[in-house]
Amino acid sequence: MLYNEPHPLEVKILTKRFGLPNSASIDTFLATEGYKGFEKALTMTPDAIINEVKASGLRGRGGAGFSTGMKWSFLPRNSPKPKYIMVNADESEPGTCKDRLLIEYDPHSLIEGMLIAALAAGSNLGYIYIRGEYRYLIDIMDRAIVEARERGFLGNNIKGSEFSFDCHTHSGAGAYECGEESALLESFEGKRGIPRIRPPFPAVAGAYQCPTVLNNVETFCSAPPILLMGAQAYAGLGTPKNGGTRLFCLSGHINKPGVYELPMGFPLMRMIEEVGGGMRGGKKLKAVIPGGSSCPVLKADECDVLMDFDSLAAAQSMLGSGGVVVMDEDTCMVKAALRIMRFYAHESCGWCIPCREGTTWLKKLLTRFHEGMGQRSDIILIGDLAKNMLGRTFCPLGDAAALPTISIVEKFTEEFEAHLEGRPCPYEHASQLVRA
Amino acid sequence: MADLVKFTIDGIAIEAAPGTLVIDAAKRAGIEIPSFCYHEDYSLQAACRMCLVEVEKMPKLQTACTLPVAEGMVVRAGTQQIATARKYTLEFLLANHPLDCPVCDKGGECELQDMAFRYGAGESRYTETKLHVDEAQWSPVVFFDAPRCILCFRCVRVCNEGMGVGALGVVNRGAVSEIAPNKGDHLECDECGMCVDICPVGALTSGTYRYKTRPWEMEHVGTICTHCSNGCKTTLGVRNDQIIRGNNRDRSGINGEFLCIKGRYGFDFYDHPERLQSPLLRTNGKLEPVSWSVALNAAATKFKDVKARGGRFGVIGSNHTTNEENFYLQKFARQGLGTNNIDHHRTGDVVTLLDSLSGTTGKLAASEDFYTKKAVLILGADLSIEQPFLAFQIRANKRHNNASVYVVTEKPVREDKIASASVRAEASGQLAAVENWRGALSGQTELLIAFGDSIKGDAVRELVAFGSSLGFPVSYCCLLDYSNSRGAVDMGLIPDLLPGFHAAEAGGMTAPEMLASPDLDVLWVVGANPLSDAPLASTSAFVVVQDMFLTDTAMRADIVFPASSAYEKTGTVTNVCGEVQRLKRANSTMGTKPDLEIMGLLGKEMGLAPVLGPWLPDTVFEEIRKTVRGYNVPLPVISTGGAAQTAPVNGRIPVANRPELIRSAHDTLFTSGTLGRYSKMLNSVIEKSDAEKSLQH
Amino acid sequence: MTFSPEMEARFAAMLLKYPEGRQRSALVPMLLYAQDEVGAVTPEVVNEVARRVGVDPLQVDEVLTYYSMLHRQKWGRKHLQICTNISCLLVGGEELWHQACKKLGIGHREVTADGEISLEEVECIGACSWAPAIQVNYDFYHNVTPEKLDELIDTMGKKS
Ligand SMILES: Cc1cc2nc3c(=O)[nH]c(=O)nc-3n(C[C@H](O)[C@H](O)[C@H](O)COP(=O)(O)O)c2cc1C
Ligand code: SF4
Ligand code: FES
Repeated sequence: MLYNEPHPLEVKILTKRFGLPNSASIDTFLATEGYKGFEKALTMTPDAIINEVKASGLRGRGGAGFSTGMKWSFLPRNSPKPKYIMVNADESEPGTCKDRLLIEYDPHSLIEGMLIAALAAGSNLGYIYIRGEYRYLIDIMDRAIVEARERGFLGNNIKGSEFSFDCHTHSGAGAYECGEESALLESFEGKRGIPRIRPPFPAVAGAYQCPTVLNNVETFCSAPPILLMGAQAYAGLGTPKNGGTRLFCLSGHINKPGVYELPMGFPLMRMIEEVGGGMRGGKKLKAVIPGGSSCPVLKADECDVLMDFDSLAAAQSMLGSGGVVVMDEDTCMVKAALRIMRFYAHESCGWCIPCREGTTWLKKLLTRFHEGMGQRSDIILIGDLAKNMLGRTFCPLGDAAALPTISIVEKFTEEFEAHLEGRPCPYEHASQLVRA
Repeated sequence: MADLVKFTIDGIAIEAAPGTLVIDAAKRAGIEIPSFCYHEDYSLQAACRMCLVEVEKMPKLQTACTLPVAEGMVVRAGTQQIATARKYTLEFLLANHPLDCPVCDKGGECELQDMAFRYGAGESRYTETKLHVDEAQWSPVVFFDAPRCILCFRCVRVCNEGMGVGALGVVNRGAVSEIAPNKGDHLECDECGMCVDICPVGALTSGTYRYKTRPWEMEHVGTICTHCSNGCKTTLGVRNDQIIRGNNRDRSGINGEFLCIKGRYGFDFYDHPERLQSPLLRTNGKLEPVSWSVALNAAATKFKDVKARGGRFGVIGSNHTTNEENFYLQKFARQGLGTNNIDHHRTGDVVTLLDSLSGTTGKLAASEDFYTKKAVLILGADLSIEQPFLAFQIRANKRHNNASVYVVTEKPVREDKIASASVRAEASGQLAAVENWRGALSGQTELLIAFGDSIKGDAVRELVAFGSSLGFPVSYCCLLDYSNSRGAVDMGLIPDLLPGFHAAEAGGMTAPEMLASPDLDVLWVVGANPLSDAPLASTSAFVVVQDMFLTDTAMRADIVFPASSAYEKTGTVTNVCGEVQRLKRANSTMGTKPDLEIMGLLGKEMGLAPVLGPWLPDTVFEEIRKTVRGYNVPLPVISTGGAAQTAPVNGRIPVANRPELIRSAHDTLFTSGTLGRYSKMLNSVIEKSDAEKSLQH
Repeated sequence: MTFSPEMEARFAAMLLKYPEGRQRSALVPMLLYAQDEVGAVTPEVVNEVARRVGVDPLQVDEVLTYYSMLHRQKWGRKHLQICTNISCLLVGGEELWHQACKKLGIGHREVTADGEISLEEVECIGACSWAPAIQVNYDFYHNVTPEKLDELIDTMGKKS
């Protein structure tokens, strides 16, 4: 059973197996062109594979949106050290719930993506770092890995070739920061999830200080279709430099929240109005977080954008992880800012001063402010403290906490003023709960 | 050496070796880039973000503490943006800081205060409640006040990387992250206090010093630790004649920032309630306090008539007294009393080592060599426990220069962790074990061999033969116990050796022989406690003792002179590597006199002044420099607190080899012979760890 | 200390996942699975896991206190986790949270007197498109309504 109905506007590349009877099984997979992209890759040189991925315009689906082909090309191919494939399935960015579906419905496509990356990188071993809360996915993934071994898609001399590769799941235990690539590697090595000093980047010194291809689940899952349909066709699905489709996670005040696969560059308003079935209860749109809680929010009148990395950058926000959070007119933006900051304060690893102290300070301040005990000067202070974190922290978590805060306090200043002088939150009455 | 990289900071052209970090290059160019977490000896953190700088062509600010210099790099540290960044990073840091400076030990010496003063904002905009955690005592030595902690992780690194102990960690995450001890609520460690010393703020404080004084009320006296043979410089904080603190705040001396618990906290024996403060004379069976003149006169009279009737003297010197005192003592014995019956507790076979190295030069390791030599071999010593500073040097050598370390010991030792090879062997089998490594060692280009008392006599000769056969430079260190063990040998506290290892024309009794001799007339013991492990055979012997405490030997004495401690006098001592360093007087204890003065007065009382000469440390040291081979060290070096290595003697040493007399006391980190028994701090640490052990079983 | 045969088998396999000499990699997962079986990361678990992956207990403490799913305190047989992060908040996650506190008479990271149920307000659990969402131990419940929550809590009480 699917979590939400598919939508006719979807372009089903990564989600094509979603909803098929036991779609996770290798038989279903093989019956639907499974491992065909990998078999094609087997006949190609590493450079050919990398060039194909480069040409596809695939950009990282984990948030940063870095060219995947480029990233793969950074691996020192002739390094004597072993090379590792590392899947980032820590999916913890608020608003994001897509990698989960890819593993649940189509674990083999992830294995296939890892195999292709392994061919490109000359790697024989990979790991899938899955957030601890997703225990059921670890069991699904483990089953798929066993199947793949039984059918000779994992192991030695795969399909009679020179190429050998195997992979394992690895469980996290509750830490957003462990989604940050270098913290993930520390966590993977059995340590606290403290990011590493970079450079060197994982491509050069990743797992156990060895060259490592580290990508998001969806990124890996995009490799097989790219090889199958060819870079051009895949790139053609999206906008220039933003190849293919991606899974958008629609949530918040819309009628049909859900995860939908849409071409890169799909217009945000159509996403809300048509795919998402419009605003719930006919309410007016107030704001949208376009790519997970780390992105600057867009005001209703800024939502006329195409959903790809460059268009959103141009709109002073980010495509991020594809978590589209829609907020209607009854939403208290102070409360939203507070809840988001509470999250970052809870998840800050504590390593560097600006992030550790800045997030807790802002959490306390916003709490006080939302309770009606704020002063006018606090409104300036909120933005100022956030700006003093921006670009000064050890890892991007500090920026992730600062950006939404700055955007909210600057774009919705009047809502902050409405909380002054002990006035109760003007939105408290508006319960958002759907009664059955 | 690779050619220098040229770049600029704030327009100033700078050259630095490739790989140099911007923060260091800046410092050398006289530009301060502030930092909390950076420490040149330990791993990089980039945690405090105080060192952020602008770098042309780099969009984001960079941490100067992790950024290697690059050709043509344009760095800006003096811009408004950087000033703002520093200001607000400090504002963040102070947000949850208690600001209890008025009652904080660190006040006045606090890096956070200095930073706030130099780079901080005038006022804070923080009005929320501060996190609070109660102060905790982690050990007799270490107290932790979490709210003051700025999480620079220096303590964690110095304990883990510097000491090889790893007793400190970080728990929790985010704003409640905290430094934590290895045993949940307390520490099990070396108690070296390195963490306390390296803490930039008042988060880690010491049981010795907390709430005792303000730093500016102390005068700081840099002298030499009086415990083990490593000879670390320790800077004593003194207020109205009381020693309140020991550390090495200016990082000067051979040991830089290093001190172990003894050098840092083990000074407290000096004001132990049982400290002797008046001469004692045995009158009808009991030791009674008497005046100096009475005591001196009594001793002199006795000495004179025993000498007159050609009676038998036995003189035993100390491993802790200064070179001047040891020299003066042997002169007193040989020329004043006319006896070669002079000895001391020998803790390592320096004599045989020097003899077997005769004809060569530059083969005696300096303490610096433990940090610089590409390979180090440790033979029969638990270095981290018995020679803490030398072990610290080797760990740093491993970290910074990736030196190869080889270990041959009876039991597992801390050095195993960093060793390329380590093996267990009884004393008798240790040379054979080394021989087995001939192959492994052949790859090396230089080697330092440090050996304990398991290697003595012919074993030393064999070891040196092995070393010479390796075909590359090998230097040696004969490990010794105490702060002037080496000086005692050099100054001739050995029956058949004069100062500088010249043969005495006649031999004399060794310490055991003196104690065993039934017809000994006088036993004169200066700063030693021979009767603690052997009885005195001669019941009629008249015993004179100079000491700080009523030791077993002093209890048998007829006259006891209350002596000053090493921290209460001037003079020089020679450490395990033959490095001469100068003691500075830090305090004084009423009623005591330095041993040199006591001997001088005694000699004067006996009319020997013309023979013995003046008892002024400087005059005696001049005589030493002139007459003792190897001791003509440059005065400027030692008078400015430096260490000068004595040139090794060159030429055979005509001495009957007596290996059976050599026996190390194998003092641990928490023991230090007699001194240790009178140190409250050392004893409380021992009690604590005993208590733990008894809990475990 | 030893675990159930199944767990022992899992741990044996787990240690083999990582290259020779890299067994410390098993630390975080091993702690989580051990906790599932024992109910908490007890001092015994700390020492045992430390021994198995070859680190000091202090290093285990450092890790244990970092990850929010790991806890020294015993949770209830059923651990009810309610997400109040942004997507859930927008559609009533907070109301569900207050409802659960009221109904169970306990608060954040507390356990009912009978030790059956524990409650935790959690960060985004990756169910944003089907919010509000909650987790009971590892099971997800999506599009939760006050009625569904009531029901769920009632059935949780009963031993299963
Ligand atoms: C605080 C933080 C959290 C992150 N969380 C995730 C995550 O949960 N999943 C993910 O795939 N990437 C996450 N990222 C991005 C990763 O650091 C990394 O860029 C990404 O996994 C690379 O894969 P990609 O190139 O395929 O996007 C996070 C980054 C930061 C700074
Ligand atoms: S190592 Fe030796 S000399 Fe140095 S402080 Fe410790 S006891 Fe004193
Ligand atoms: S000194 Fe560079 S971040 Fe601390």
